[in-house]
Amino acid sequence: MASRLPVLILTGFGLNCEAESRYAWERAGAAPELVHLNDLLAAPGRLMDFQALMFIGGFSFGDHMGSGHVLALRLRHRVRDALRAFLDRERLVMGVCNGFQTMVKLGLLPGFDGDYFTQKMAMAANDCGVFQNFWVNVRFERESPCVFTRGLTSMPLPIRHGEGKVFALDRAILERVEREHCVACRYADPATGDAARRFPHNPNGSLNAIAGLCDPSGRVFGLMPHPEAFLFPENRPNWDARRLSDALPGEGDGLQIFRNAVEFMR
Amino acid sequence: MAHRLEIGNRKGVRDVRGESVKERAASILGLRLGAVRTRTVYKIDAKLAPRELGAVRAAFQDGVMDVSAYGRLRAPAFDWLVEVGFKPGVTDNVGRTARVALGDILGRDLGPGEAVYTATQYFIRAPAADREAIMGLAVNLLANTLIQTVSLFSAGEWRAAEPDLGAPAVCAAGPAEVRTYDLNVPDGELMRISRDGILSCSLEEMRAIRDYFNSPGTREARAALDLPPLPTDVEVECLAQSWSEHCKHKIFAANVDYTDERGRRRMIRSLFASFIKAATEKLSGELDWMVSVFKDNAGIIRFNDRLNLVYKVETHNSPSALDPYGGAMTGIVGVNRDPMGTGMGASLLANVWGYCLASPFHDGEVPAGLMHPRRIRDGVHLGVIEGGNQSGVPWARGWEIFDERFLGKPLVFCGTVGVIPARIGGAPSEQKAAAPGDAIVMIGGRIGKDGIHGATFSSAELNEASPVQAVQIGDPITQRKMYEFLIEARDLGMFRSVTDIGAGGLSCSVGEMGASSGGADLDLALAPLKYEGLMPWEILLSEAQERMTLAVPQERVQGLLALARRRDVDAAVLGTFNDSGAFVIRHGRRVVGRLDMEFLHGRCPVMTIPATWAPGNIPGPELPRKGRRDRLLLRLLGSVNGCSREFKSRQYDAEVKGLSVLKPYVGALADMPSDASVMRVEYGRNEGVILAEGVNPFYSDLDPYHMVTSVADEAVRRVISVGGRLGHIAGLDNFCWPDPVLSDRNPDGPFKMGQLVRANEALYDVCIAYKVPCISGKDSCKNDSTRGGREISVPPTVLFSTIARMDDVRNAVTLGFKTPGDVIYVIGSTRPELGASLFYRMLAAEQGRPMDYGGEAPKVDFAGALALYHAMEQATGGAFLRSSHTPALGGLAAALAHSALGGRLGAEVDLSRAPAERVSSDDEILFSESNSRFVVSVAPNHCETVENLFSGLPFGRIGVVTGTCRLQIRGLDGRTAIDAPLDALSKAFKETLHGV
Repeated sequence: MASRLPVLILTGFGLNCEAESRYAWERAGAAPELVHLNDLLAAPGRLMDFQALMFIGGFSFGDHMGSGHVLALRLRHRVRDALRAFLDRERLVMGVCNGFQTMVKLGLLPGFDGDYFTQKMAMAANDCGVFQNFWVNVRFERESPCVFTRGLTSMPLPIRHGEGKVFALDRAILERVEREHCVACRYADPATGDAARRFPHNPNGSLNAIAGLCDPSGRVFGLMPHPEAFLFPENRPNWDARRLSDALPGEGDGLQIFRNAVEFMR
Repeated sequence: MAHRLEIGNRKGVRDVRGESVKERAASILGLRLGAVRTRTVYKIDAKLAPRELGAVRAAFQDGVMDVSAYGRLRAPAFDWLVEVGFKPGVTDNVGRTARVALGDILGRDLGPGEAVYTATQYFIRAPAADREAIMGLAVNLLANTLIQTVSLFSAGEWRAAEPDLGAPAVCAAGPAEVRTYDLNVPDGELMRISRDGILSCSLEEMRAIRDYFNSPGTREARAALDLPPLPTDVEVECLAQSWSEHCKHKIFAANVDYTDERGRRRMIRSLFASFIKAATEKLSGELDWMVSVFKDNAGIIRFNDRLNLVYKVETHNSPSALDPYGGAMTGIVGVNRDPMGTGMGASLLANVWGYCLASPFHDGEVPAGLMHPRRIRDGVHLGVIEGGNQSGVPWARGWEIFDERFLGKPLVFCGTVGVIPARIGGAPSEQKAAAPGDAIVMIGGRIGKDGIHGATFSSAELNEASPVQAVQIGDPITQRKMYEFLIEARDLGMFRSVTDIGAGGLSCSVGEMGASSGGADLDLALAPLKYEGLMPWEILLSEAQERMTLAVPQERVQGLLALARRRDVDAAVLGTFNDSGAFVIRHGRRVVGRLDMEFLHGRCPVMTIPATWAPGNIPGPELPRKGRRDRLLLRLLGSVNGCSREFKSRQYDAEVKGLSVLKPYVGALADMPSDASVMRVEYGRNEGVILAEGVNPFYSDLDPYHMVTSVADEAVRRVISVGGRLGHIAGLDNFCWPDPVLSDRNPDGPFKMGQLVRANEALYDVCIAYKVPCISGKDSCKNDSTRGGREISVPPTVLFSTIARMDDVRNAVTLGFKTPGDVIYVIGSTRPELGASLFYRMLAAEQGRPMDYGGEAPKVDFAGALALYHAMEQATGGAFLRSSHTPALGGLAAALAHSALGGRLGAEVDLSRAPAERVSSDDEILFSESNSRFVVSVAPNHCETVENLFSGLPFGRIGVVTGTCRLQIRGLDGRTAIDAPLDALSKAFKETLHGV
């Protein structure tokens, strides 16, 4: 087997999905390494040792000034050049939940015209006003250039966030996101497959039911639902009833997103 | 003067926070408001150059959604403005993070005096409301005036006022002072000293302290250190904390002079030793998986060859009564530190929570000084939600019990399961001890005046004089950083021992760890402080959160401190452990206290407490006339104790770590509470852990003995129901009692102590019978409140939590019916045990005599239950059960409804075929809460096997699962007792607390 692809998982300051994210990358055939934010700040050039960078979920800096806000600020001030170089070399960046929020605040997403450091869109408080944890149906957009979601149609995934509403005040931004197929996935009504407008299928009021975005290159991707929390078939609600009609698969659906990334990097 | 930055939403952005205020004002306070707009205010108390001001403003706001301005941002139309800020010294987590951000923006380290403070503005449209109504809104909904400041302006007043540029910095008091206590005074005066100082010491303890300081040996040793002849505040406070009920469990350690219901009198030496520990010790010969019990911060059991599990459940009642949000957050974040401080430090796997509260719909009087139970409930939930979610620990179990007797003091249970490698650095991970010469290192947060006297305060009743400082606010992120650092340092072998800093602060933490080396020398002046002006005794006692104590070999100190800096964790060397036999406390060059370790830990006087037990005679409710029970079942499912808690539960994160197998909510629509939760412990392996619990304070009104056996049985049978096995189950006992110590003010103390004896006898019996040892526990025995002249005591409450090993999580069984045509069985006998049942309590309440729910209490037939449980193990182990659910509140009727809703499938059953003893009415068979029963469904091809497994046991085939979406139950005479559509059942079950 070829040497495993190195993936940097950023940790520290209240981020908390490092264990399952590491396992997901390992299962997908990569070689993930947990790197504390302070260790990256001390040597930003280390980023170049990796093929992919993952911003994981959690509560960076407690989300005290808005989710992902302070982490984005710190990255902008202290890791910007290294990130820029990393992106220039066409490497992969993935963010989940807090990681996605951080990427949007930083401007990595939607990342139009290679401008990865100007915030264009926002992550607003859920319309329901509170943190929510339940499973939703996520539909992947076929036209999206996203390399992480290639070949995927839909999967159930858990959401767990208080500020997950993808938002833009400027309609032109939203239109451009759609035009350039930067919507990688949406919340969808499981019965019809249509983009979900209302709670609970659209859990946060996200505009155009956007659950995840990618940049126009498809190599930078973030989403609110948690694929790394669906690595085992038993993670899925009601799995014990489902096994009566279909044999359970050997692994959770979420793993495929990580496999796609590894496949692309090979 | 601070720079005042106001940030609000741009036009077109929803103000969800404002909408929520408007909604809650209407639903909770009945106050109709127009639009509410909110703003966040940052008061930046730092030197900023003019060009820096713009950069800071741009960076603090959201680049898309926000507008902002220094001084004043243009106000929306409003009639009233409420601004809520923090009082000086209160933890302001957002402000603290903003300070970090400020440093990044400015590209420099901030000075010690530079800080950021936050406040929130509420611009309220309410032309009809008067000042009093808005002030009511402010203090009852928006702010807790114990910890927060409120400013209220009319629109006119606001226009006339200057912007508030003040920063709530703590003003440093004078130099460190040490006072002395003259304890050579009459007894009355001793007790006054104890009360006024919130020492919560008894007369006997005060005398013991006095005599200790008068003894020649003590005088000589203290004089040699230049201590004054009289004891210092540092010494007396340290003793009071270490000897508090909270720390020493004096009631469970006391001698009990017990007279039982037949008038027989005997002396019991320590309830803990005689019953709880005795049962565990007796079982330790048979069960080989107990690794460490009762001696560390949490119990440790073996999971597999490589890993051990750690479990602790705590209560945080008094702080949650004063500040529900902060108190409860401290509860969950605090109990996380128990596994972290157990053995060489465990990783965190799952949280559990449970609350006993007055109903959120309480419409009676609330005694002066207490909060409305809905506000307490909202705050408690939010505190544990934010504390748990931000810590990255999934919740596995949660429950709520409502009763008016929790109006005075809520019970807030929080627990945490941890996992630790069985061996660390080649040695068993449960072994640890500070060695003489090791450095005392404090890690985590800084010390402030928060949480002073927590240990002694929780050991007293709540009253108007309860201290404000007893409230702490947690900072889950500071703790998360410390947690990751701790595990990293552990794996690098950097320390020899670790323990939590909780109740009593450094005095208890260092004092206890010093017991293993034989002494300690602590310098309080080396402790990192949040602000200046703390007296030495305050530094010693502060329960400021997110701290732990390490014993670090001298050669590892520099490495540890360097790692702490890299991980942004405060760490400081505060002294050394030694074997001098004394705990010497310094403040800089001056010695401020000295206590013999032996006196500190071994000489707390033992109380003798009188106890009597005689069963009461509580009348029962009037029974309804014969007939259908459809509507009664709907009322039961919709009652506040019978209904779904999903609305609040969905705000807790159950998924982080991705190890969940059976979550707290299961079923076809994932909206039915699971009997027990199951999760993996490691990625890629199929072994798992099962968590469950039982709690039912209502049975205590009949007999605490049957209360305890019932809740323990429930906690065990829930494990069995999902596929667990006896012999692999451990228990945790949490007692919450009204004050059982006889005094002038507590004349019925002996009865409450008698109830405690009954409960302990039961605990011993059930633990032995089921071979379920208690591996950890906690007692809280002062759950009384005197406010506005009214005493409210909680009913005797025991939470029994279970933790069990499961060999293969893929065999887990849930409660929901799975397929039409499956056969439904009832396993276990129903007896006419309706006393204190949900059914009786509902009838009593509806009849206007809410306490008249007497009757026969549910009992546990241990031998009968064991036979059933062993048969159940075979049935689940062979994957013969499609579903399994254990009836509890609401009996078989509620259980059948739960299983039907779990599958969104109907059922047709005949309860005359359910096993029963002495049962003579439909109400008994439907609603009796007899223990040790299951409702299971079985695929037709497995019926014979299952029937063989249960042959000779109480077992009945009662009907089938149907595709009709109706629950149809025939009663004893063959006539329809219940016929209800699932939609109606679902609506009743889910509606009551939805949105509340």
